[in-house]
Amino acid sequence: MADVAARGAVRGSGALTSDGRSSLHKLMQRKSTIAFLMALPLITLIAVLVAYPAGYAVYLAMLNKGMNRFVGLGNFGFLFGRDTFWMVVYQSCLFAITAVIFKAIIGFVVAHFVHNIPSKGQRKWRGMLLVPWVIPPAMSTLAWLWLFDPSYSAFNWILEHIGMDRVAWLGETGWARFSVILVNVWIGSPFFMIMYLAALKSVPEQLYEAASIDGATWWQRIWYVTLPMMRNIIAITALFSLIVTFANFDIVRVLTKGDPLNTTHVFATWAFRVGIESGDIPLGAAVSLFMVPILAVAATFILRDITKRGSEV
Amino acid sequence: MADAAIAPTTTAAAPARRPQYGSMSKNRRWALRWSYFFLVIFAVFFLMPPFYMFITSLKSSAEISAATNPWWVNSPTLSNYIELLTQNQYLTFFRNSAIVSVFVVIITMAISVIAAFALARMKFWGSATLATGVFLTYLIPDTLLFIPLFKMFAWVNDTFGIQLMNHWWTLMILYPTLTVPFATWIMIGYFASIPKELDEAALIDGATWMQTLTKIFIPVALPGIIAATIFTFTVAWAQFLYPLAFTTSTSELVLPVGIVTTLIKGDVFNWGQIMTGALLGAAPPLIIYAFLMDYYIAGLTAGATKG
Repeated sequence: MADVAARGAVRGSGALTSDGRSSLHKLMQRKSTIAFLMALPLITLIAVLVAYPAGYAVYLAMLNKGMNRFVGLGNFGFLFGRDTFWMVVYQSCLFAITAVIFKAIIGFVVAHFVHNIPSKGQRKWRGMLLVPWVIPPAMSTLAWLWLFDPSYSAFNWILEHIGMDRVAWLGETGWARFSVILVNVWIGSPFFMIMYLAALKSVPEQLYEAASIDGATWWQRIWYVTLPMMRNIIAITALFSLIVTFANFDIVRVLTKGDPLNTTHVFATWAFRVGIESGDIPLGAAVSLFMVPILAVAATFILRDITKRGSEV
Repeated sequence: MADAAIAPTTTAAAPARRPQYGSMSKNRRWALRWSYFFLVIFAVFFLMPPFYMFITSLKSSAEISAATNPWWVNSPTLSNYIELLTQNQYLTFFRNSAIVSVFVVIITMAISVIAAFALARMKFWGSATLATGVFLTYLIPDTLLFIPLFKMFAWVNDTFGIQLMNHWWTLMILYPTLTVPFATWIMIGYFASIPKELDEAALIDGATWMQTLTKIFIPVALPGIIAATIFTFTVAWAQFLYPLAFTTSTSELVLPVGIVTTLIKGDVFNWGQIMTGALLGAAPPLIIYAFLMDYYIAGLTAGATKG
């Protein structure tokens, strides 16, 4: 790529000084050179700080702990033999899939309620409901950590006052898994709400009118009009969210640090624990690489959708 | 409860055929009431944690440990705010965060606006592939990159003697890996939506490509640029993993990590101060959001849908 552009640059500048034959050709030559130069910082950044590290991670994952011997797939074999690893796989999938489903449902429902009210008030409600998405996740997770506090939990205070038992929110495996998912749903569902609200607004009102003239019920209107019209945006939002949720770090790190007994670790937090805190960089890289398959699948689907829409335009 | 919400709408579908407008509007009113009812419930759910942060931030440690009603402040005090804002450490975190975020915004916008213009309009060999590549890198999460980057930075120190680890300015190198692909992607979408006639007219009038960009594209795509700027700032301000992995000394920390690692000391949790610190840390993005909400939402929907 660089060669082509460099040749273009030489020829282009030559053409500038002499009075060239075809000025259009000259312009094209110059244009592509300038364009390449303008994109060069971006290309450099992506090559050095994103593409190279991503490839380097694969190489790193095949070294021993001291990083002086090539061990091939040894690290992966070691991981497959560990119960903790399989627990992390299970928890990562449980965390991401459950959270995305609930975010999508809550986002869909809330978007409908906002869409129902007079458009004058919509801006205010939308603004309020998006607040969880705006607060930096590490900060808002701290608030949840305090809400879940073992001895001063404000939730337990309410539970006790309505005559129920206290809950060890972050102390028991089941509840801790519930809590990390709850916090993720809290942070992420406003995003779904905004996306679905934008999609709802693009559904032509005539379709609903036609449906109600045909005697469609409330449920039929959603099932046969709203959902088919929003199918694309529902899919792409869910895929985006799946990527982000699957790679989530902040929530689990701040809320439980993987406790109790590593049962709430996801790939990202476990990779951090193993790679940075325990100093086994190759093993940490190996753990983080397990995020790639699901990311690749989601990315393929998103890309297909985008190119499809691109050709429609 | 859900049944009750469905009932009024289902009964309305039948009478809607007959010219009975009274029941139709009655039905609308009920749907509206239920919408408000559920919106209030969801608003309570969504706003409860920040509200609770605020309540706790007004409490003294004595009141917190007395375990009175956690949802109410008996004797409000600003002592947490005063303590934090007169503490050098917290102000250092704030300053580090502010400098890093502002510079990351400048670097990101400079790289991405120019590159997006080249990719959207000037087309060169491989530009379509590169645009797809930008989108793919936007999907690569920080959690995949931090370990190889960690090792690369150690290698830079061994080879060139430049210590990149444990400096707040290192974050200015790291954050663009997350913000540049996203900002470029948004800007490609915005630039692509500008009519070709505009820049053709400019070129015919003898404008250079740089002039076309600064005199036409940047002013026309200003809403997109504002949206991308807000996003870059928010991402840079909120980033947690990179500073946690790459900085350790308290003088080098940024806000999120600073609060999590220094205010939580072992088992002694000074919750009044933690909540105050977190609330103040959340303030800049919240303030920007309050004033520029429409740009924020435009950027949010553009990031995933523009193509």
